[in-house]
Amino acid sequence: MAELNLLEAINQALDQAMANDERVYIIGEDVGQRGGVFRVTDGLHAKYGSKRVIDAPLAESIIIGSSIGAAMYGMRPIAEIQFADFIFPAFNQIISEAARMRYRSNNTWEVPLVIRAPYGGGIHGALYHSQSIEAFFAHIPGLKVVAPSTPYDAKAMLLAAIDDPDPVLFLEHKKCYRLIKGYVPDEHYTVPIGKADIAREGSDVSVITYGMMRHYAVEAAEMLAKEDISVEVVDLRSLVPLDRETILNSVKKTSKVLVLYEDNLFGGYGAEIAAIIAQDGFEYLDAPVQRLAGLDIPAMPYSAPLENEFLPTPSKIADTLRDLVNY
Amino acid sequence: MSVEFKMPKLGESVTEGTVGRWLKQPGESLELYEPMLEVTTDKVDTEIPSPVNGRLLEIRVNEGDTVPVGTVIAVLEDSSSATVAAVAAPAAPAVTSQASSNNGGGNSFMSPVVARLVSQHNLDIKQIAGTGKDGRVTKQDVERFMAQGDAAKPAPMPMPTPTAPTPAPMPVIKPSSTPAPMPTITGSLLAKPVAYTPPATPAVPSIEPFVGDELQPLSGMRRAIAEHMVRSKATSPHVTTVMEVDLSTIIAHRDQHKADFERQGVKLTFTPYFVQATVAGLRAVPIVNATYTDEGILLHKSVNVGMAVAIPDGLIVPVLHNADEKSLLGLSRTVNDLAERARTRRLTADEVKDGTFTITNHGVSGSLFAMPIINQPQSGILGIGAIQKRPVVVTINGADAIAIRPMCYLSFTFDHRLIDGATADKFLAIVKQQLEQFA
Repeated sequence: MAELNLLEAINQALDQAMANDERVYIIGEDVGQRGGVFRVTDGLHAKYGSKRVIDAPLAESIIIGSSIGAAMYGMRPIAEIQFADFIFPAFNQIISEAARMRYRSNNTWEVPLVIRAPYGGGIHGALYHSQSIEAFFAHIPGLKVVAPSTPYDAKAMLLAAIDDPDPVLFLEHKKCYRLIKGYVPDEHYTVPIGKADIAREGSDVSVITYGMMRHYAVEAAEMLAKEDISVEVVDLRSLVPLDRETILNSVKKTSKVLVLYEDNLFGGYGAEIAAIIAQDGFEYLDAPVQRLAGLDIPAMPYSAPLENEFLPTPSKIADTLRDLVNY
Repeated sequence: MSVEFKMPKLGESVTEGTVGRWLKQPGESLELYEPMLEVTTDKVDTEIPSPVNGRLLEIRVNEGDTVPVGTVIAVLEDSSSATVAAVAAPAAPAVTSQASSNNGGGNSFMSPVVARLVSQHNLDIKQIAGTGKDGRVTKQDVERFMAQGDAAKPAPMPMPTPTAPTPAPMPVIKPSSTPAPMPTITGSLLAKPVAYTPPATPAVPSIEPFVGDELQPLSGMRRAIAEHMVRSKATSPHVTTVMEVDLSTIIAHRDQHKADFERQGVKLTFTPYFVQATVAGLRAVPIVNATYTDEGILLHKSVNVGMAVAIPDGLIVPVLHNADEKSLLGLSRTVNDLAERARTRRLTADEVKDGTFTITNHGVSGSLFAMPIINQPQSGILGIGAIQKRPVVVTINGADAIAIRPMCYLSFTFDHRLIDGATADKFLAIVKQQLEQFA
């Protein structure tokens, strides 16, 4: 067991998956000789060669389209989208082909494909390198969407995603890459897709979140603990399928809920969480379900103060939680 | 001088009233005692006279709206200074509206979880100190209150001492009249509360009228009946058991005493006989004269038998209070009086209250037997079918023969939460026996 950051945990998972299974290969922009723009695939080209770590042209629809075909023919492709912001040229391939193949072929074909996509902001990435894209994809039945936020979960869930017989969109928060460290077992292990994690137990108010916001929520919870406010943080980890039971159990326990996400507020993934709580947890609520999310503006700004203004921050989260507790 | 006019208290136990119809419009002049509006309570419509000579200035409560007793429903102008206080005066004190709850002046809003806990644990929200926004009672306030222990809890519902032992907890159940108990619902992640709460706005499928259809507005009574019927079916698992009764003895008795009663100014009908037989059944099987609550089965000491009376646009159930204390003559007198006043809508609100059991005589319109709906919060209702001469097999001196007898079906609908089939049949058998062996 070693202390790794999230990026290193993913690199280790890729390495182990490729070593274990000849069918596993990586395709993406700059993933080969360069080792990826974030160095996630560092060392893999040298170890496994250019037939298993493939540098693709700058054409996301080809990266995904060819991977769908290979997956249907028995390979286990791991396609990297260099930044999640660039996934849209492949949107049609993912939505109309990968997600629907099992249904369309009456369960005779499957697409065991993993799409890795670094997403999220707070890293001065501005318009083209900061987006959260989960809401577009979580909407589509047939596609799994996961967003682990710790090195332990990232390794485990990537290995689970590679084992999964269906397409999985694997979202990696860029700010977590080097910032978040943790102990990661050396061996091959998995965390089942579809299970949430209680990042911190509490009794006064719940935060339902995922990605980098898990860490901000825990930070806010630590601030509030000094004020004698006990905050529970639920890290969803898997957005589709969703662990409703863990959410509702937390609602039942605290009766006050903040749904927190980094994407802009309107129509965001957290809106679905709020709707589920309103419908199935109504009788346990002691305050209106609150949402805290990014601003509804066209993109995340570049300048640091404005980026901060866009994003939910630990102090903004703490303020919202205080209001909820005092309701 | 302007005077506030409050919703009057139409009977001892009445806490709210519905404005049925305004007979005067704002600006119109009023004479003292002149009918000003109609107020509907559960089952009674009453014309309310004007307490002043003057004018109706303002209507505050619209037709069809229900408000607590004491709510200001209109503002009147009193042109003479001699106000008649008698009519409007006794209104105000009885009401405990939301405004006064929660330690005086607190925020009376109850969140879903607080509402559920309060109802589940039978708490009085007014006793709980609110620490939330604007003094709102929070979930934690409720939990703290409950944690303070039994001392802080409100007194439990007063329970009358049962006068007879309750039947054994699990009597043998006759499959013919008892459906299997409802399975516990375990599918939902979140358990539902025990008590049934009607949805605030029930989902009603939109209905496209056909050409020429006419929409008849709902009367207060129709609305009340509809609400009560739906609530009753949702509250009590209804089971009906039927027995056939030979009324030869009753008919002979009635023929013999009709003239007697008439001389005393009383028309003798069959109803008092059925009431007397029912009373005998209720006394022998007290659980039929009871109410199911989450705290326990409330056995009623009084035997107050309601009798459903059909009236032109609905149904009224006047109640024979303490029916067990009356003779056949006394019952006849009361039954006739209540029925007559029910038909002419002159019952007081108290005369339709506090029934502990109900009889419905659907036989008068030719029905052989019916499965009536329980009058909540009672536990049973007895339906009386039409009296018909039928060929029946009788045994005379050991030999079977076919005889012509005045027969009648008694259908008894009961709440299976507290009454099981065998108990229900025991009650009905006693009613039957009383009628067949009337002396």
